[in-house]
Amino acid sequence: MKHKTFFWFVFPSVLLMILFIALPLVSVVTQSLYSKHEQVIVEVENCGPFGCTKATTVDQEATAALEEAEPLGKWAGLDIYKDRNHLAISEVGQAWINADGLPDFGRTLMNLPFYKALGFTITYTAIVTPLTIILGFFIAIAVNSVARAMRGPTIFFSLLPMIVTPLVGSLIIFWMVDARGILGTGLQWLASDPSLSVKASTPLMWAMLMFYGVWHSAPFAFIVYYAGLQTVNQDTLEAAMIDGASRWERIRYVVVPHLAPLTTFIALIQLMDNFRVFEPIISFSAAAHATSLSYAIFNDLGGETRLLSSAAATSVLTIIFVAMLLSPVLVRTWRDFGTQK
Amino acid sequence: MQNGRDSVVAEIHAAKIVATRVLHRNLEIQLGEYKHMTLMKKLTLGTVIAALGTTAAMADGHGGCTEGRLNIVGNEFPAIQTVAAAAVACAGDDAEANLTADHQKINVAGMTGNPAEYTTAIVANSSIVALINEDVIQPLDDLVAAHGQDIPKQQLITVDGKIMAVAFMANAQHLVYRADVLEQIGADVPTSYEDVLAAAEKIRAEGIMEHPVGGAYAAGWNLAQEFTNMYIGTGGQFFEPGSAQVSINNAQGVEALEMMKALSAYMNPDYLTHDSNATSAEWEAGNVALMNMWGSRTGVLMDDEGSAPEVYENTKVGGPLMVGDSGTPATTLWWDGWTVAKNVSDEDAAATFTAMAAGVSPDILNDETMSQAVWLMEGFEPAPVNEGVLAAVAAGSTPYPMVPYQGLLHTALGDNIADFLQGSESAEQTLADIEAAYTAAAKENGFLQ
Repeated sequence: MKHKTFFWFVFPSVLLMILFIALPLVSVVTQSLYSKHEQVIVEVENCGPFGCTKATTVDQEATAALEEAEPLGKWAGLDIYKDRNHLAISEVGQAWINADGLPDFGRTLMNLPFYKALGFTITYTAIVTPLTIILGFFIAIAVNSVARAMRGPTIFFSLLPMIVTPLVGSLIIFWMVDARGILGTGLQWLASDPSLSVKASTPLMWAMLMFYGVWHSAPFAFIVYYAGLQTVNQDTLEAAMIDGASRWERIRYVVVPHLAPLTTFIALIQLMDNFRVFEPIISFSAAAHATSLSYAIFNDLGGETRLLSSAAATSVLTIIFVAMLLSPVLVRTWRDFGTQK
Repeated sequence: MQNGRDSVVAEIHAAKIVATRVLHRNLEIQLGEYKHMTLMKKLTLGTVIAALGTTAAMADGHGGCTEGRLNIVGNEFPAIQTVAAAAVACAGDDAEANLTADHQKINVAGMTGNPAEYTTAIVANSSIVALINEDVIQPLDDLVAAHGQDIPKQQLITVDGKIMAVAFMANAQHLVYRADVLEQIGADVPTSYEDVLAAAEKIRAEGIMEHPVGGAYAAGWNLAQEFTNMYIGTGGQFFEPGSAQVSINNAQGVEALEMMKALSAYMNPDYLTHDSNATSAEWEAGNVALMNMWGSRTGVLMDDEGSAPEVYENTKVGGPLMVGDSGTPATTLWWDGWTVAKNVSDEDAAATFTAMAAGVSPDILNDETMSQAVWLMEGFEPAPVNEGVLAAVAAGSTPYPMVPYQGLLHTALGDNIADFLQGSESAEQTLADIEAAYTAAAKENGFLQ
């Protein structure tokens, strides 16, 4: 392809990527390096239907002049990254010095909002990703051995958790595990403990969020594996059967190696998705027990006073963590790609 | 929404009201969009829209009380629906209203541009602060002088002598109780949280209910609101006078947290996930006998929908609850009111003002709307359901603090109190965490150095 033709061929995608991926990223990074100007606070008297009270307000004229001079805000450098609501450098340092052993240090660390969110996010990603892949694989194997006439409906039902909107799906589970819901009551009966409540216990809440995560994303792994299963070489399978390989051995030595590249792909997508876990925390009202990095960003933006720089700093940190998490998989893919040539 | 941001109940009510208006609203919306179209689109679609316009004009007629643009953003519950509907009816075909529980996530952004997308925001005493901080609403003194002579002075919200909003309703949290259950245990109507604890213990001991106390204790905004009430009730001050320096790590702070924990022992174990809606549902299911609830939400509890007769017939409202011996009720007073955007033309500002003034005129009060809120307009006749809010006002309760950094503290409270209630750390540690989280946020926002 000529250079010119190639340029015009990729130009629309490059333009869109710059507009919708690169520029927002630049904007987020910039935002995270600035904080708001010093606000000039004046004491005033506020009156309303309930009488008058002394209060304070922002002196708009004084603040406007500052904003005019530097519209981006005050240069903060890495201050926001280092403050207590993010990496909490000095608090962590203090905790390390004062800690009475590692468990005590861990407790102090988990009391800091960023590390608390990171702790859940990493646990969630580490548990949900492999379970999703394993469950998706077994569903694919099972569906693949269903009689051909039944496959269409089976596939449709297996995909349902992914088709259902995340918020709706998690709300349905949320109501079912309520202490008065069908699953919640069932659990109480199973454990013979009438005061058992999933929503009141942190470990059970984590388990429920992870259960939801696997339930929701297993269909994705399933459909990718199912597509892969259609390309397994039948001759190799037959040869294995003639050699006396059992069903399990055929899966282990023929099917699994064949599907390995797909596993890399699913792991890549799932790691990214799971690290951004968000909807279930909202719809399970789980914020008292579990927060994630995405939830922290949402929380910064959802208050009556928006914390734009704080949200931007958390976003940048999330991007960095996702990049770190993906690097082994990306390096592997790159190497595979190199050897194939 | 000040009384819980989630509003399934409110949405259902809203849907009923909206449904009746849907037909001609559709036409209004199409016309509204037409106004924002580019010239090119106007030229190409001109004929189609012109045809639509004629139909709409015939269907709706022009409200005709004002010339100019009206676009409302606000929370969604029945009283606000009523106000918005009346204002839109006055402003006529082009007027729009975007009422949503997420209003405060969009109102600043929607009023920052020039011209502002929203010409008015319906806010409460907490959410107006963000609009003042960002300087997106204008003082209304001139507009009141020109078009609002008949608005009673008590409805005007002034900040530093300048009128910034016009209030139309009052709200507060207060006791809601089951008369039959209290009679069964032979207890008087509680006036303090200490009474509530004593009554709850009796109800549980007599085996009437396992979790007799209710409360919107969902982690986040609701939980922070309950602490705000309780802390005010103990006589605590949130900030050092005249500064943004927080000071809640004190005896009053501990007392407020301890009381919340004592109450939570009598609540459904899931209380940290219960917002106002879930708490109301527990009430309607007959599982709760005593709770602190929003005045604007008690109407739903006392009507005959959603609960058994023994529940709704015995649902009564009491006054605000006290805690300790400070003499200040453990509740906050709220108003809901409307503002006018700064970045709009004088003509649009005047039109918005006139339409909104019509939206909150005494004319909107009728049999259906009268009990939706404690209206501040003349001609409001309180129903039994409104007694709690009126009692809170009469008891000299404190208005929710209208200071620029209260919102940041509210967020920090909502994020940290659950740790104490779950027993994972001491009250002092929780209060220290709250102060530290607030201080970091306040520094970032320029309130502290």
